[in-house]
Amino acid sequence: MTKLHGAIILGLGTLLAVLAAGFAADGLFRAHALIVMLALGIATIVMLRQVEFGRAPARPDPSAYMDDPIRAGAILTVFWGVVGFLVGVIAALQLAFPDIFNIQPWFNFGRVRPLHTSAVIFAFGGTALITTSFWVVQRTTRARLWGGALPWFVFWGYQLFIVLAATGYLLGITAGREYAEPEWYVDLWLTLVWVAYLAVFLGTLLMRKEPHIYVANWFYLAFIVTIAMLHVVNNLSLPVSLLGYKSYSAFSGVQDALTQWWYGHNAVGFFLTAGFLGMMYYFLPKQAERPVYSYRLSIIHFWALIFLYIWAGPHHLHYTALPDWAQTLGMVFSIMLWMPSWGGMINGLMTLSGAWDKMRTDPIIRMMVIAVAFYGMSTFEGPVMSIKMVNSLSHYTDWTIGHVHSGALGWVGMISFGAIYFLVPRLWNRTQLYSLRLVNWHFWLATLGIVIYAAVMWVAGITQGLMWREYDDQGFLVYSFAETVQALQPYFVLRALGGALYLAGGVVMAWNIYQTIRGKIRNEKPIAAPLTAGTQPAE
Amino acid sequence: MSYEAFRQFADSWGLVYMFAIFAVVVALVLRPGAKKQADDAAQIPFREDR
Repeated sequence: MTKLHGAIILGLGTLLAVLAAGFAADGLFRAHALIVMLALGIATIVMLRQVEFGRAPARPDPSAYMDDPIRAGAILTVFWGVVGFLVGVIAALQLAFPDIFNIQPWFNFGRVRPLHTSAVIFAFGGTALITTSFWVVQRTTRARLWGGALPWFVFWGYQLFIVLAATGYLLGITAGREYAEPEWYVDLWLTLVWVAYLAVFLGTLLMRKEPHIYVANWFYLAFIVTIAMLHVVNNLSLPVSLLGYKSYSAFSGVQDALTQWWYGHNAVGFFLTAGFLGMMYYFLPKQAERPVYSYRLSIIHFWALIFLYIWAGPHHLHYTALPDWAQTLGMVFSIMLWMPSWGGMINGLMTLSGAWDKMRTDPIIRMMVIAVAFYGMSTFEGPVMSIKMVNSLSHYTDWTIGHVHSGALGWVGMISFGAIYFLVPRLWNRTQLYSLRLVNWHFWLATLGIVIYAAVMWVAGITQGLMWREYDDQGFLVYSFAETVQALQPYFVLRALGGALYLAGGVVMAWNIYQTIRGKIRNEKPIAAPLTAGTQPAE
Repeated sequence: MSYEAFRQFADSWGLVYMFAIFAVVVALVLRPGAKKQADDAAQIPFREDR
């Protein structure tokens, strides 16, 4: 497909968006149609300007890797990271000081929270996953991305999904489903993009020149396939009108609750875990310059994770209308998950055996190692919290928020930063990053931020849980809800501080990446050089 | 098929089926001779050429 064809399709899309805006059944759908019109219109103009008339278009070298979408993806991963962390800090401040950022109705906390969760999970995490999967699948199969311009469609189609989701939340469009708030037409668009993503990934695997499919690709493929299944089932719904934003779910009552948490927990399992494990199994060995500790353990890790994770969702519905046997099933599978998780963590950490000195000399390795450590920590904490007795204290409290963030900031965030620091110098043919010392700064700002965040939320959550269940000798509850909120206020302030430190680390990364792409090298004292024989103490 | 029958099938034969697949995978991975293959596969990320 030439660029002219692309421009024509984009132009037709713009026209359809104009028609959708004109015939829209409600103002919110019209607003979204206008946003689509604007995005596709700009894309049409950009595409048209690239068309070279009267000359045969240059065919890409079929033996070369397709790295342009990966370059765009690396930049956008950093961008969405900083945006997502910023919205998180704003949401944290709104909880601590309800009067600031009180811009109604768009920046109501109820709209800012899904904006934050989607920005970090789907914009930052999703872009990081698509970007790194394109790199890893090409390098481990030694084949060019399949599908001609299709990877570009996947990449920009996904970005359009992010823009529609984010603007939708602020406008007040929501399906009201946890981590799946976009409405039916945005869901349909994502389905289309996701099928194309699967086609690109599978196509590349089929064209591979390496007979064996490296384990990182298994994790990426499991992520793509499972998310497709989860997304389609969870979002089954009936729109009220063809050109209106509102739809109603196909499920109701406890079935709906279970569908949502089947989706919600496996979004954690297959989006935030399997996908990023794919990242770990490629980038950690590459940066450490040694193969993964045990390849056979990585395969058992894969299958055990795949077989167990899908059953763990009901632990989100302890002590609800969900049948008891289903709650117990969710709990038991969550506890069993501890085994593959720690198998994977040990496999990641032991990859460094014999090269632990790199922890001292290479801040990128340090970042990846702390990511794996947080993976181990949060996959230990999760099973503990899924036990019904523990859950009766922890559920609905800030402990859960702390747990989610030690996984998201510690594992997902840190492994992605490591991958970005690995990729950018190679993508732009730079000999090194702008500054390794800034990577070190990023590492400490982020780590300190997570530690503050998680510790504060433990204290806050347990305080909250104990206050909620406090009875007096007459059998009355001792504290009203407002009193528990008042008791938590200092922790809310500290949580915002932890988040601000993490955001500061993200800004340091953005500056470092920007300067690296410009080709600058910071004049700085090198981080400790590897020890040589001469500097060792006398025996 | 009623809900009850479906559920009983799932938590008996369904469970056995899943577990059998998993056991076969583990046996294949740990069989003697798989180590050489696995060590070779672990080198894949270092083999890329442009």
